[in-house]
Order: sequence, then structure tokens, then C-alpha cells
Amino acid sequence: MSVGTFTPAPGAAPLGRMIRAQAALETRMLLRHGEQLLLTVVIPALLLVLFSTVDVVETGGGPPVDFLAPGILALAVLSTAFTGQAISTGFERRYGVLKRLALSPLPRWALMAAKTCSVLVIEVLQVALLATVALLLGWSPRGGLLPAALLLVLGTAAFSGLGLLLAGTVRAEATLAAANLIFVLLLVGGGVIVPLGKFPGAVQSVLELLPIAALSGGLRDVLQHGAGMPWGDLCVLAVWAAAGLAAAARWFRWE
Amino acid sequence: MGSGGAALEVSGLTKRYGAKRAVDGLDLVVPYGTVTAVLGPNGAGKTTTVEICEGYRRADSGTVRVLGLDPAADAARLRPRIGVMLQSGGVYPGARAEEMLRHMASLHADPLDVTALVEGLGLDGCGRTPYRRLSGGQQQRLALAMAVVGRPELVFLDEPTAGLDPQARRATWELVRALRNDGVTAVLTTHHMDEAEELADDVAVVDGGRIVAQGSPEELCRGGAENSLRFTGRPGLDLASLLKALPDDTAAAELVPGGYRVTGTVDPQLLATVTSWCAQHGVMPDRISVERRTLEDVFLELTGKELRS
Repeated sequence: MSVGTFTPAPGAAPLGRMIRAQAALETRMLLRHGEQLLLTVVIPALLLVLFSTVDVVETGGGPPVDFLAPGILALAVLSTAFTGQAISTGFERRYGVLKRLALSPLPRWALMAAKTCSVLVIEVLQVALLATVALLLGWSPRGGLLPAALLLVLGTAAFSGLGLLLAGTVRAEATLAAANLIFVLLLVGGGVIVPLGKFPGAVQSVLELLPIAALSGGLRDVLQHGAGMPWGDLCVLAVWAAAGLAAAARWFRWE
Repeated sequence: MGSGGAALEVSGLTKRYGAKRAVDGLDLVVPYGTVTAVLGPNGAGKTTTVEICEGYRRADSGTVRVLGLDPAADAARLRPRIGVMLQSGGVYPGARAEEMLRHMASLHADPLDVTALVEGLGLDGCGRTPYRRLSGGQQQRLALAMAVVGRPELVFLDEPTAGLDPQARRATWELVRALRNDGVTAVLTTHHMDEAEELADDVAVVDGGRIVAQGSPEELCRGGAENSLRFTGRPGLDLASLLKALPDDTAAAELVPGGYRVTGTVDPQLLATVTSWCAQHGVMPDRISVERRTLEDVFLELTGKELRS
């Protein structure tokens, strides 16, 4: 390296460029991660195909896929915004990646914005893929696109807040275990593939307040039954989002 | 570039973790364009001090100015101007070496040429290797590259050669010298004496969260206790006549029969005086040796501790 190579010329890149670069890197890291793809794509797709074609769960009247597809879309959001994001962020924290980035020109809020962008990119890919599979299985969605999109966005915000809260407060290994366990529990008890009506009344009324139940229930009201704006479910998700993001902002530790 | 003052000015810095005082009234000044080694054992408060200067942690009390800025209040303006090498980690385990370096470059306005930097640091053979599969030395060099790629004015290098083999250490030292030649200020923490002696214009010895001595390696070795000269000869020599020939502040003693030590300012003049005195007395000064204090000795005297323990 010649004389003058290192002559200082400091400066941050433009914010837009930094966020784009960070979001692209985060997305590549998520897509490169085999276990994450299992969680975000393979499991939801398998569940969709299995329960649509084999009559295991009593899903009420109509083709099972019309009941299942909204739940599987909710599961996709859970897998990426919560489980995937919690695990990757937990290990980034553990390996000093968050610390190193906090010392770079990238502001902390911009890092979070980039993470959100990369979660949204993955979700778009998931929704496209899972919706295609569902359509091939005979899914005939009804209802408006706007209510469905609003539910997905608020659901993403709620699960991101909870995922970051988990990743930022406990050890990476504990995050890994807890995020996977919660994924399975919410899969079973959140109205994703098992209708909440199967549970006893008292349990049901508690389960209905879970973000996954609000998301899958709301999506089902819109896409299966053609309902308008599902205000109740949107409210539940908004409360979870506000609480989760506020708690994450308060308790998140960078290392 | 600077605001007239130093690149880094720390005074009365304190930081507690619970009941433990990690930094306890630390003062440090780093002039622009110099290399300063912060030397001390593990747990002396080096990393905490550096992290406060980087704006990563907040001080409990004291003032810190970095490139004329308050790192806590002006972090957003400071970050683009500094380069940081963490003691370990800092890279996505699945990211490839060159991918991560390109990413760091993309966060800066006018970064170095990544390809040239990768070659210059000998990382060109492993640019596509995921971070978790790089050797320890390669990981260190990547972290160093990440610290300099944004063309900073000031770099903080936390234990930059820990765990490196001798050849890789020399390569790192070369890079630090090149940085200084190009006007970059460097603050590095280390617990290697030779590294401090080799690289630093200034050494700050830290112990128990405060600076116990600061100066150039030469100044530190010269100050305090004197150097000594030892030789062996016939037992029972008359040292009084030797002392008459030597400067006033010199002392001489026969430590064991036939084993002599002269302490004072050991320079060529003193050595010549001692050997000619021996010649006059028909003494063959055997095993003559000059003992210069090393930073290791200085450190031991200042802290009562071995550095590397």
C-alpha cells in the first residue's frame, strides 16, 4: 500500500444508501441461513399442503384451504418477524455485530429500519410463494387487499417488537430455544391450523387476545368470509405492537 | 482537521459497573497524528475507556473530547470520523470476508479501495470465506480492515495483535505505521510490551482504572530507577576509588564476592570509566553487562503486577 493511501477522508454515506446496503446485507444473511428457510418457507408450505389435502382438522364448511391459507399467512409473519428476527438478532448481539454497527456511521434507528425492510422483503417473498401454493390447492380468497395488508403490517410490527425484546434481553441460546418453542405453541394455540372454537370457552377468550390469533382470525374474516375492516383484530395487534416495541426500546441491550 | 487541541482529551473519567470502579479518575491526552498505546493488564479499564471515547458507553463523570467533539452528545458526527477495531467479533458469522468489508465501505462517503485493502492485508485468498471459517489471524485482519476502510482521522484498535503469530503481528505493525505516516491518529490497547515499544510515540500505563505513567517508551524507561552495569572480577576490589572517578549520583556495590553492580546513568562514558579503572587495577572485568530498564520493569515498579498474568 503506497504512501497516502490512508490519508483521512472521513464521512458517512448518504442515509438512504446506508439503509439500502444494510437491508440488502440483512436479507442476504437471512436467506443464506438454512434453518431459517425451514421455518419461514418449508414448514408453512408443508402444513398448507398437508392439511388442505388430508382431512385431519375439522375446519368448518367449505374447502379446507380457504380456512388454512389465512392462518398460514399469519404463520409466515410469525416465523419471519418474530422467530427468525429474534434468533438472528440474538446471535448478532452475541457476536458483537450490533456493537460494531453501533460504532459505524449507521445510526441505530437506521439499523432497525433496515432490519424492518429486510423482514418485509422476506415476507413479500413468503406471501407470494405461499399464496401461489394455496391458489394451486384451490384457494379462492375474498375480501379487500387493504384490510389484509394492514393486518400483515400491524402483525409484523407486533411480532418484531416481541422478537427484538426477546433477542435484546436474554442470551442467544435462550432466545433460540424460546423463539422456537413460542413458534410451536402459537402454531397450535393461535388459530393457525386448529380453529380456536375447538378450545374450551374460557381458554378461547384468552387465546383470542394473542397477536397470532388476532392476525390469523382477522385474515380469515377478510379473506375467507369477505369481511370489511376487522377493527377488533387490528386493535389487538396495535396494542401488542405498541407494547412490544416500547418494551424493546426500553430494555434492549446491544451486547 | 483538529480544533487546535489534541485528537483525544480525557480528564477525570470515571465509570462504575455496580460496585466495581472500572475507570477511576483517568486522564489521557493523545496529540494528532501520533500512536498512543494504552498498556495495562486485563481488567485495568482499557476497553471501557476506549468504549467511552467511541461514544458507545457513557461516563459516570469526567470530560471526554474526541476530535473536538463530546462522544456522548455528538456521536452521530463523531462516528464517521473514527475507525474501530473490536477485540473480537463484530461480523455476521455467515458473511464472507470481502462482503463484510464492502458493506462497511458502503457506509462511508469516500472509502478505500476494497480490493487493494484486501490484497494489502493478505486476505485475497479468503475473500469469499464465511467469517466463522476464517482463522483467528484472518478474523483479526478483517477487523482491522473494517476499522480503516472508511478513511478515518482516528482509529481505536483494541488488542489488535492478540493471538497473532509473529509474522501477522509485524504485518499489523506495518499497517499502523503506514496509518501514522498518512496522518491518522491511532489509539491502541495492548498488554504486549514489545508492541508498545515498537509502535507507540506515547505509552499510557493503566492500572486500576487510572493512568499511572505516560510518556514515550524512552522516557518511561529512563525515569524513576536508574539503569545498572554488572561485572565480575577479583573479590574485594576497592570501590571507593572507582566511585571517585564516576559521577556523583552513581553507586557501586559488591553484591556477592566478585560480583559487582554499578547503578546510575549508564552511558558510554560511564562504561569507559569503569573499564579503564579495571585496567588500572589489573582486573579483567568478566561477564560485563548493561541492564536497561524495559517497559516490563517500569510496569512492575508502577503497579507491582506482572503484565501478562
